[in-house]
Amino acid sequence: MVVESQQQARADTVALSVQGLGKTFGDKVAFADVSFEIKQGEVFGFLGPNGAGKTTTVRTLGTLIAPTSGSAVVAGLPLTPANGVEIRRRIAIVPESPGLYQRLSVRENLECFAGLYGTADPRERITRALAAVSMEDRADDVCGTLSKGLRQRVALARALLADPAVLFLDEPTSGLDPVAAQDVLSLVEGLRRDGVTIFLTTHRLDEAERLCDRVAILNTTLRMTGRPAELRDRLFAQTLTVQLVSPLAAPGSVFAGVPGVEGWRLADGEYQLTVSDIAVAAPAVTRALVSAGADVLSIGESRHSLQDVYLELIGDQS
Amino acid sequence: MNKQRVQAIFRKEMREFRRNKQVISTMMLSPIGFLVAPLVLLFTVPATDVSTLYQYPVLLFTLALAALVPVTVGAYSITGEREQGTLEPVLGTPIEAREFLLGKALSVFVPGAAQAYLVFGLIDALVWLFRPAAVSAVALRPYILVAQLIFTPLLVWLAVWVSMTISARVSDVRAAQQIGTVIMLPIIALSALTGFHVIPATITFGVIAGAVLIVLDVAGLRVVSRVFDRERLVLGTH
Repeated sequence: MVVESQQQARADTVALSVQGLGKTFGDKVAFADVSFEIKQGEVFGFLGPNGAGKTTTVRTLGTLIAPTSGSAVVAGLPLTPANGVEIRRRIAIVPESPGLYQRLSVRENLECFAGLYGTADPRERITRALAAVSMEDRADDVCGTLSKGLRQRVALARALLADPAVLFLDEPTSGLDPVAAQDVLSLVEGLRRDGVTIFLTTHRLDEAERLCDRVAILNTTLRMTGRPAELRDRLFAQTLTVQLVSPLAAPGSVFAGVPGVEGWRLADGEYQLTVSDIAVAAPAVTRALVSAGADVLSIGESRHSLQDVYLELIGDQS
Repeated sequence: MNKQRVQAIFRKEMREFRRNKQVISTMMLSPIGFLVAPLVLLFTVPATDVSTLYQYPVLLFTLALAALVPVTVGAYSITGEREQGTLEPVLGTPIEAREFLLGKALSVFVPGAAQAYLVFGLIDALVWLFRPAAVSAVALRPYILVAQLIFTPLLVWLAVWVSMTISARVSDVRAAQQIGTVIMLPIIALSALTGFHVIPATITFGVIAGAVLIVLDVAGLRVVSRVFDRERLVLGTH
């Protein structure tokens, strides 16, 4: 009971709140009128094409650059220049490029950042951070000799030293081979299980769908925010796909009046039925087809992916 | 000002310098001229005629070393971080600009001052040990030793601030080194002109030069802090 209420309390706590935030460079708008909230322990995906303003948003929320409009509360503190140091103490940013000191060893890199974060008992914390990214045996390797994937792991370990209230991951798998990317994603999944609040920017929709509780789609302005399933439902009507051995002679008369069916079309030899309620429509359509003497190969719900949502919102502009 | 963060930057810089061949070679090679030239002069001047040494306090010329080497090393401090892509992660930590800059400055100052003192100490020791008393007494007059002692840190600090100011504004290490050297040329010229008695090394001149250097050094951290623009450095704009 106590554990449940603690979990509920955590879920109700806002880790990051953004209201009408924007940044311009002269006449160029990097991002504008961005508003969203992230609850503690949530993994929030920030999707968008190159140049959409994702990295600039991260830098702004990380107090590296100043916003030109709007407001935000980051890890409980208003985003103001005066709060810059305290905000940076409570968050960690893993930029797209790991930015490690190539001539120093993994441990030396982490020692430097433990000092910058003012970490108590840095040795123990470094050991824990290395264990979290499975790099204990590479602690004395010079960073310049590591592969891209391992460098990204070190960058994650570096971020964990801060024990951040919000962890910003900017394109964490960019430029990694599939195995290394999988490694990094598994680490992020581990952090998610540990309840770390994560703000993940990416244009890899598969990883957003896999990792994120909610996503926002940005293309200079926010196009949509919500759970991936909600976005699908909001953008796309539910659809039943019907495959038959041969086309119906009079499909209009077969589908007309079937409960839950709102419309139909023939595409690539399949009937795409727009339905209001899949649970009502699917059995009714099956009965209508059988009554009409059709030879049914399959009836199934067409599932739209996050990629479909993304392309619907961004595709035309990019 | 958080001491732990200044130390973290200082320690990291020293570790990096030790493994940076360019920095090591600069630190090793640049003093050679400043070591050899005065020694040749001081070891060839006849003990019976030290009037030349009275006229030309050559060891004051070697003070230029203190102004030269830190410029080339300091130019690397911020530009080097930008080139490596390490600036953004560091600036994303709670470190303040002044802490970052002080850590960087100390890491250039300490080896720069140590190197200058080492070279001066070596010259002074060789002259004192291996030259007749008539030569060493003139070459190592108290005011020259005092000038070495006092002006070395003042010149090194100035070189540190000049080089870091440029490093915060320029995106290429070599360009930063070249501009820094050019800016320090008047200081180097002053020490040369004093060493060759074009400018008499009087107490008044020494006091004025010292006072000017102290003012510049104290203002240095403020100037670099103002020039250090976190946003511009992160965005890579100039």
